[in-house]
Amino acid sequence: MFDVSANLKKRLKSERRFQILCITAISFALIFVLILFLNIFSSGYSAFYKTTIAIEVDYSQVIEDTSQFATMSDDEINKLDLFRFSKKSIYSLFPDIEDRKEKKLLIRIFSIEYEDEIKQFLIKNKENINKIETVYLTASDDVDQVRKGNYPRDLPEERRRIKDIQLEYYDILENNGRVKYVFNIPFLTRGDSREPELAGVGGSIVGSFLTIITVLILSFPIGILAAVYLQEFARSNRFTDFIEININNLAAVPSIVFGLLGLGIILNVFGLPRSTPLVGGIVLSLMTLPTIIIATRASLRAVPPSIREGALAVGATKMQAVMHHVVPLAMPGALTGTIIGLAQALGETAPLLLIGMVAFVVDVPSSPLDASASLPVQVYLWAESAERGYVEKTSATIMLLLGFLILLNLAAVLIRRKFETKW
Amino acid sequence: MNKVKISAKNIDVFYGDKQALFDVSMDMYEKEVTALIGPSGCGKSTFLRCINRMNDVIDICSVKGNVSIDGHDIYDKSIRVESLRENVGMVFQKPNPFPKSIYENIAYGPRIHGMANSKTDIDEIVENSLQKAALFDEVKDRLHQPGTGLSGGQQQRLCIARAISVNPEIILMDEPCSALDPIATAKIEELMNELKKEFTIIIVTHSMQQAARVSTKTGFFHLGKLIEVDSTETIFSNPGNQKTQDYITGRFG
Repeated sequence: MFDVSANLKKRLKSERRFQILCITAISFALIFVLILFLNIFSSGYSAFYKTTIAIEVDYSQVIEDTSQFATMSDDEINKLDLFRFSKKSIYSLFPDIEDRKEKKLLIRIFSIEYEDEIKQFLIKNKENINKIETVYLTASDDVDQVRKGNYPRDLPEERRRIKDIQLEYYDILENNGRVKYVFNIPFLTRGDSREPELAGVGGSIVGSFLTIITVLILSFPIGILAAVYLQEFARSNRFTDFIEININNLAAVPSIVFGLLGLGIILNVFGLPRSTPLVGGIVLSLMTLPTIIIATRASLRAVPPSIREGALAVGATKMQAVMHHVVPLAMPGALTGTIIGLAQALGETAPLLLIGMVAFVVDVPSSPLDASASLPVQVYLWAESAERGYVEKTSATIMLLLGFLILLNLAAVLIRRKFETKW
Repeated sequence: MNKVKISAKNIDVFYGDKQALFDVSMDMYEKEVTALIGPSGCGKSTFLRCINRMNDVIDICSVKGNVSIDGHDIYDKSIRVESLRENVGMVFQKPNPFPKSIYENIAYGPRIHGMANSKTDIDEIVENSLQKAALFDEVKDRLHQPGTGLSGGQQQRLCIARAISVNPEIILMDEPCSALDPIATAKIEELMNELKKEFTIIIVTHSMQQAARVSTKTGFFHLGKLIEVDSTETIFSNPGNQKTQDYITGRFG
């Protein structure tokens, strides 16, 4: 009676085949994501560390009585010419070196900002400077990459950027315990630089942040208002159909076209300053708007009509019914759409290239009107650079970008969970 | 005999090209329950929604003819639909409390109409409305909990209380018990008997027994036409029209 018929056997078999196919598809997706993350993480995490080398600096050679530094302002210290003094401090590591060329090579194992680092140490500790202080200077990218093992030492000398003698110096310094591997705070706070060991993503983090804020300020109110009007108030006729089709089209326009629009209209006609988060934000808003409008309309549509009728039946005006009852219920969906739109904008590169946010910017922007880079553009810029140091920094920037994107998407999920109304 | 409260004359309703009501004329009397019965899709709900102009909400719907309340034409340009609905409350087929607290559900109407300024006034309206809807004793300890947490029957009484809160003269009920169990239905029917002392009630119902139990007058609709309207007793014992006879004896519908 309960025999498994041939037909049923066939059906069960095909079901099993189907499930295996599905699981294979999911595994493929997971494996690719995993490979991507592993690859980026393994090549990027070392950018968060840097190599520093200790030298002894005899500040009494600048001013005999080092307690006098306390009376100087930061500006005055910055104006001091410590170039030769700094060089001499470095030479003192190896007092036996006489050859000028070798001296130059010794200097080159440090980043070019050694003078500034010696000054900054002075400014930071000017209240109680001893005669002789130990200062940790940032090593040059070549040394840094040797320390991180990214630079094979067994290559013939002429194929290496770092010379044998520099390696020798480095090994001696390391054996003397002068080499310290520390967390690379400047990487997170500084702007871009031509020197890979000094380049940081601080500028592009701030630039991206200012851009996203501009996008939020522009596209959230416009998007919500447009969606509420189209969904709740506009009568459906040819004209609103036309608008609706065009909003959907707008969502499908390649982002680089928005960049061209920004270049042609916002920069050239309105004359807003190029390379700035303000213009970037305006251009990205055009991209984000359709996402917000479509998501908001969908969540307005999901509010049961009975809620509107309930409010209208007690004599609420249409606007009251919509603003008091429908919009609050649609808000979680609208916010989720907004955050997803912002996440898209955060990762967008192409339109920013056209409005000049691809410029090399050393300073961290302090307002949306300052020239600035953004995280994805920074990735693009560094990915093109030849120095080994930029390779790890590219991956590290991608890590940060992915981190921010995951945070944004997480926020969207949490908002949806928290405010989801059940009826 | 009560006086005529609502008078509908030659009502035609169209949804786009489709005509849903054909030349319906009917008087409804003050402080009575008038029941509208008929098979599904016969236009009785459409007719009900003409009385508080709920059909205005639907873009493609157009109404021709004349509905007057106390002699005032409610489709006149000078009538604001919001103040009409303040006087003509409505209870829907499926309980639709706002996803807010019980208190807020009832306070909403009075608040938007500016009927009460102080919190004590609103408290009073809330309590009164709940009392009249025979719900107060069940919910007085949880006024600030969500209205959607109540049982179906309680939710429907909450909606009745919400309709009452703005002091209407007429309450329209669109199959108010179709989503409720028999006990909750009995409670609503009992409530209607109370409410008709104060309000004019028009109820659309699928249940002929319900119409027989609660109403004084009954109108029978079929395919968009009002076939017959008379006292409930006559309709159920001695209808004048063969179609009415067939419907109430269960031969179709």
